[in-house]
Amino acid sequence: MKLSHIGADFRIVSRTYFRNPVALFFSLIFPIILISLFGAIFSATGSGAVSLVVVNQDHNPNGVGYTNESVAFLQALNATTLVKVSVVDVTPQNFSNYLGQNGDTTGLIIPAGFENDYLAQKPVNLTVFTNPEDAAAGGTVIGAVQGVSAAFNLHRVCGTGTCAPVIGFTTANVGSQVYKYIDYLIPGLIGFAILTSPMFSMVDIASSYRKDGIFRQLSLTPITRSEWLTSRILWYVALTFVTSAIMIGAGVLLFGAHVTLTLGLVPFLVVGPFFFVSLGMLAGSVARTPESAALIGNIITFPMMFLSGTFFQVSMMPAGLQAFARVLPLYYVIDGMNQVMLFSNTSRAFTDLLIVLIGSVVVFLLAVRLFKWRDE
Amino acid sequence: MAAAIEVDGLIKRYGSLAAVDGINFSVSPGTVFSFLGPNGAGKTTTTEILEGLRKATEGEVRVLGLDPWTEGAPLHRRIGVIPQDFRFFEKITPKEAIEYYRALFHTNVDPHDLLEKVELADKATSRFDTLSGGQKQKLGLALALTNDPEICFLDEPTTGLDPHARRAIWAVIRSLKKEGRTVFLTTHYLEEAELLADEVAIIHHGKIIASGSPTEIIAEHGLPSRMTVVGSPALASYLQMNLGAAAVVEDGKVSITLNDKHDALKILTAIEASGLPWTSFTTTHDTLDDVFVRLVGQMDEGALKTEGAK
Repeated sequence: MKLSHIGADFRIVSRTYFRNPVALFFSLIFPIILISLFGAIFSATGSGAVSLVVVNQDHNPNGVGYTNESVAFLQALNATTLVKVSVVDVTPQNFSNYLGQNGDTTGLIIPAGFENDYLAQKPVNLTVFTNPEDAAAGGTVIGAVQGVSAAFNLHRVCGTGTCAPVIGFTTANVGSQVYKYIDYLIPGLIGFAILTSPMFSMVDIASSYRKDGIFRQLSLTPITRSEWLTSRILWYVALTFVTSAIMIGAGVLLFGAHVTLTLGLVPFLVVGPFFFVSLGMLAGSVARTPESAALIGNIITFPMMFLSGTFFQVSMMPAGLQAFARVLPLYYVIDGMNQVMLFSNTSRAFTDLLIVLIGSVVVFLLAVRLFKWRDE
Repeated sequence: MAAAIEVDGLIKRYGSLAAVDGINFSVSPGTVFSFLGPNGAGKTTTTEILEGLRKATEGEVRVLGLDPWTEGAPLHRRIGVIPQDFRFFEKITPKEAIEYYRALFHTNVDPHDLLEKVELADKATSRFDTLSGGQKQKLGLALALTNDPEICFLDEPTTGLDPHARRAIWAVIRSLKKEGRTVFLTTHYLEEAELLADEVAIIHHGKIIASGSPTEIIAEHGLPSRMTVVGSPALASYLQMNLGAAAVVEDGKVSITLNDKHDALKILTAIEASGLPWTSFTTTHDTLDDVFVRLVGQMDEGALKTEGAK
């Protein structure tokens, strides 16, 4: 690979871009519009029910499923409509960390033996996690747990006499930062830009340059396909840096978003475009006509655009969709950026990065191999 | 001296269709070789095989001693190509395009000089999408010259251009020859080939049906020269009687075949001696165009008859 070839082509791409008002709009103005729009819509409405993460340790004696009473308790919590319960499989010792790393501000532990103790009218203690920085959510959860506990206690009155309430709870603090929608929106929308900008344009370029004979023209010069593709990747990396800076700036200035600006973000802003420029080229190369190229591009792009944590956190989606999200490459880009920008979880960020990097190398090599600029 | 281009038994098949059906020719260095043929005759396919853009099905092709398909990279440093209907990055100016090629080929050519040469210097900073068809083609020509090529392949470089733009391209082609470069020119303008080419090959249905210098082709396949006099049938009879030559009368014109240049003098003397009225005379010779139309026509008729007989 010759740097001079890549540099010469890079100048062509950048000039082409700067002279195209539509392209400039989509990379410089559109991000601000997106941030403003989604930030305004979702910051203003509030989130309705508070998301409550639950660890249920009260399994059936055979180890399969949860006890009826513990399940009934959680259903009753959901029925209040104040909270929305999601059960996770985490040990109580790691629970506080888990909540912190996922940006959850409230949690509940139902201990083992909950059903036995409750039916035997022995005191049983739940643990409620709240975050002092998000007092509203904490108050809502405590209120809901108190209400449901009272109802359960009342249900098992002790004969005619009064007896002590069976279900009680203690509270613990989640030491995590409180995250707002806008905090997730910034990495999400950077991911959105990393996906859409190269995908749409490379798919189009792959088919239109072939149709117009520009690839044939280039094949008669010393530039190689990998040099050409590398120059495009470098361009989109540069563009991603600019777009990300605009989005972060707009998020912070307009909505007071909280993000950690760390060098850990840089690899994602490089590897993300590397992956999607190559994927766009690959999609455009396997298609025979510009129309089918656009179709293939859309089929690949649209699910990722909505289901990878761009506009909505993946953890808010139904379990089936969450599993689907985990096969989407963009999920790992956005999750990685969430880890470095919000949760400072470098080990998970590193895993995400590695997945995207390996994917990028594979897709790049495939694209260079499959895109032909002359015919047999 | 070794041939610049050598083609031996070249065949290109698309499925059962042979677009190029066993052709042979060679091009000497420093000459202009014109490849003629009607649309769909196999011109572009052949040209693209020579340029290394398409793979031959069978046969031997050598350009500057290299196999264009497997040795494309070294070959492309030594040849310049303008494809039919040249297109480039729309927002890029001719000056930037040449700078781009200069960087890719590692040459020191001055963009301004090159644009002067193809008469495009006044559009050096206009974007490609604002250029006219002729200007785009001139840029293609300039880019093809960026690497100081030994052979220039020009595939229908003047198709669709106005007469002025066409003449400008012709001037460049003449200067290329003067500089000692080999020019491989495909065209369907016969006049262009006749004016510029040292050697011509006419291809039809994938086969070469005539080749040689334009003069040789006309001599071999053309009709004899004729003298046409505007005059009466009586004049025709007089000439036929006195000269013993077949005189044909059509639309008030008498036409007589000239076997050599002295015949013209004899005919004029006889006309004067006849005392019959006449107004003007012309002598006509077949052009490459006439020969081309006749050859292609004969071949198509032949093909139709053969098909009809089946």
